[in-house]
Amino acid sequence: MKVRKIVVLCAVAVAVIFLSGQVMAEPVTINWWHAMKGARGKVVDTMIKAFNDSQSEYVVVGTYKGNYDETVNAGVAAYRARKQPHILQSFEVGTQTMMLSGAIYPVYKLMKDEGYNIDWKGYLQPVLSYYMNANGDLMSMPFNSSTPVMYYNVDLFKKAGLPMLDKETPITWDELGEITAKLLKSGVPGGMVTGWQSWTQVENYSAIHNIPFASKANGYEGLDCELLINNPKVVNHIAMLKDWFDDKRFVYGGQKYQGPKAEFIAQNVGVYIDSLSAIAKLKAGVKDFKWDVAPLPVESWMKNPQNSIIGGASLWVFKGHDKKDYKGVAAFLKHLSKPEMQIYWHKQTGYFPITLAAYEQLKKEGYYDEQPYQEVGVKQLTRRDPTIISRGLRLGYFIQIRNIINEELELVWNGKKTPQEAMDSAAARSNKQLREFEKTYQ
Amino acid sequence: MIKRSVFTSRTLPYLLILPQIVVTLTFFYWPAVQGLMQSVMRSDPFGGHSKFIWFDNFITLFTDPLYMKSIGITLLFSASVAAVSISLGLFIATMANRALKAKAVVRMMLIWPYAVAPAISGILWLFLLHPSYGVVSYAIRNWLHIDWNPVLWGSDAIFMVIMASAWKEISYNFVFFIAGMQAIPKSLIEAASIDGASPFRRFWTITLPLLSPTLFFVTVMNIIYSFFETFGVIHTMTQGGPGGATNILVYKVYQDGFIGLNLGASSSQSVVLMTLIIIITVLQFKYVEKKVQYTG
Repeated sequence: MKVRKIVVLCAVAVAVIFLSGQVMAEPVTINWWHAMKGARGKVVDTMIKAFNDSQSEYVVVGTYKGNYDETVNAGVAAYRARKQPHILQSFEVGTQTMMLSGAIYPVYKLMKDEGYNIDWKGYLQPVLSYYMNANGDLMSMPFNSSTPVMYYNVDLFKKAGLPMLDKETPITWDELGEITAKLLKSGVPGGMVTGWQSWTQVENYSAIHNIPFASKANGYEGLDCELLINNPKVVNHIAMLKDWFDDKRFVYGGQKYQGPKAEFIAQNVGVYIDSLSAIAKLKAGVKDFKWDVAPLPVESWMKNPQNSIIGGASLWVFKGHDKKDYKGVAAFLKHLSKPEMQIYWHKQTGYFPITLAAYEQLKKEGYYDEQPYQEVGVKQLTRRDPTIISRGLRLGYFIQIRNIINEELELVWNGKKTPQEAMDSAAARSNKQLREFEKTYQ
Repeated sequence: MIKRSVFTSRTLPYLLILPQIVVTLTFFYWPAVQGLMQSVMRSDPFGGHSKFIWFDNFITLFTDPLYMKSIGITLLFSASVAAVSISLGLFIATMANRALKAKAVVRMMLIWPYAVAPAISGILWLFLLHPSYGVVSYAIRNWLHIDWNPVLWGSDAIFMVIMASAWKEISYNFVFFIAGMQAIPKSLIEAASIDGASPFRRFWTITLPLLSPTLFFVTVMNIIYSFFETFGVIHTMTQGGPGGATNILVYKVYQDGFIGLNLGASSSQSVVLMTLIIIITVLQFKYVEKKVQYTG
């Protein structure tokens, strides 16, 4: 009996020495696969280095895996081969697929399990709400988030005798109609362009005007949701844009941002709607005119416009790693949300600082007096608490749905369909995708 | 007498072809079988939910009018790419074959575009023809006064991707045609000219029939190219738009599978695509090859 006890004790002692030796000798590696290249990639590397230098228990290794699609696909393949990274960056449209994958460790749970008591109220709510489940629990950590705003050519505005736009109070769509008409009259070939038309003209338009995009609270409350974008308000908006298209107040430059941006830089149009991230691109690309930023226009009947919604990506934590690894993952996520990291991220990339603390500190530092462009998006995003309609969209096969909307909008612009026909068809086609997605998870 | 190497060992030949078999099995048969299996399943990307659903994916495909439209676009696109690149390749080869000076340089210059990857070719053409920043499109609109806008008009877009895809393939065809023409005995053509046959007649009655094996091979290769490899061109130039006007089958497979993560739908489309290309190739071998004259 005694002998056995001694043996067990010895074994335990050996094990403890062995294990602690291991911990001392080698830090735990945490893999993060991301889609940030170029200048943004360097910013990410700096943030990782700051974490690695601040402690010795964990080493975070960041790997660029290609664009968003490629990164998500790499994550999917790795998970199937049981070689998944700890953290995967995935774009906002993939949120539903990631949430239902059964492969993830929800962030709110991870932080709670690892003993971090995080006050989620201290975060920008419209950013968090995009990645929450129906109960308001945060599933993934927001990382790079932006929102669409409106850029305008100051020189062309002056030439047309137009006043400058306010950075906080949005103009109405009717006013934009008058502005673009005056621009045309002053000799500009076109009025406005928009990048990412589904995101800016349908998704954000619906959120700002508090119009449901899909039933079941935009899909948050059930997979059996259906698209509602063929409602009179959205259809009217598209019809208005079509009228503008016909008299050149609206110019179509393509689904993404390259074409529209080129039209704006070439001064073929005076107004350009696109993500906040275009600030950096315009700073680099515009040499011969002054431009400024204003919030997105709002309909005159909408007295209290809602927040706009975000685009971008968030960080998902994969299941299937050791407990000690997750301690490091949690510490790293905590590190990323520190004010100094968020301030650095915001200043370098233009993406939102996700905590209020970081935002307040930036304000105090006077950053927004120097860089007034940057604040337009933050103010538009935080002007009102999100409702269940403006908090985000949670749709299966959302990528396909966006493609469908883009396709149908193009058929409106080139006159093959009326706005009502196109939106009806977009909803019907998307609903088929939603049913297919629903069946997959039954 | 045909000389034959004789293996005394029975296993050696198998050993020698083993590497090739391994490569073919892992990189062709295994993915193909996986694709076939996926095409009758409905599954989520992470593999947590998988259900056998017989031919539901195929039924969904063939009841979708847009998919039928996509098949139509693909056939039109492939036929146009093959026609444009074969006729231009043949024309240039005929001309280059008659060139007197700097033959080698001319030929090398004409072969170059083949070294350009389809995606790069797409980007290059886009820089010329994009309505917002294309150099040529500026000229088309301002000097020819044509409302050229492939971002908006489907017909402009399909014309643009056909040009970009065919351009690259002209070089490929050129190489084969010129090699084929070199193999035609000079004496035949000379004899014909002595008999008073015009250049066109000589081409039509001597060169073309003797070139028919090459022509046949090139046609098969061009159609396969335009079905699959033009993906890069579509991806960089139009992404299937506007309004689905350039959404060829292979691009739809990529969009649904790789970007949209709907593996079942994407796999069933690949199976359809594979079947289609098998049918086209078999038809070509069965009916066209009979007219081909091989010289021994």
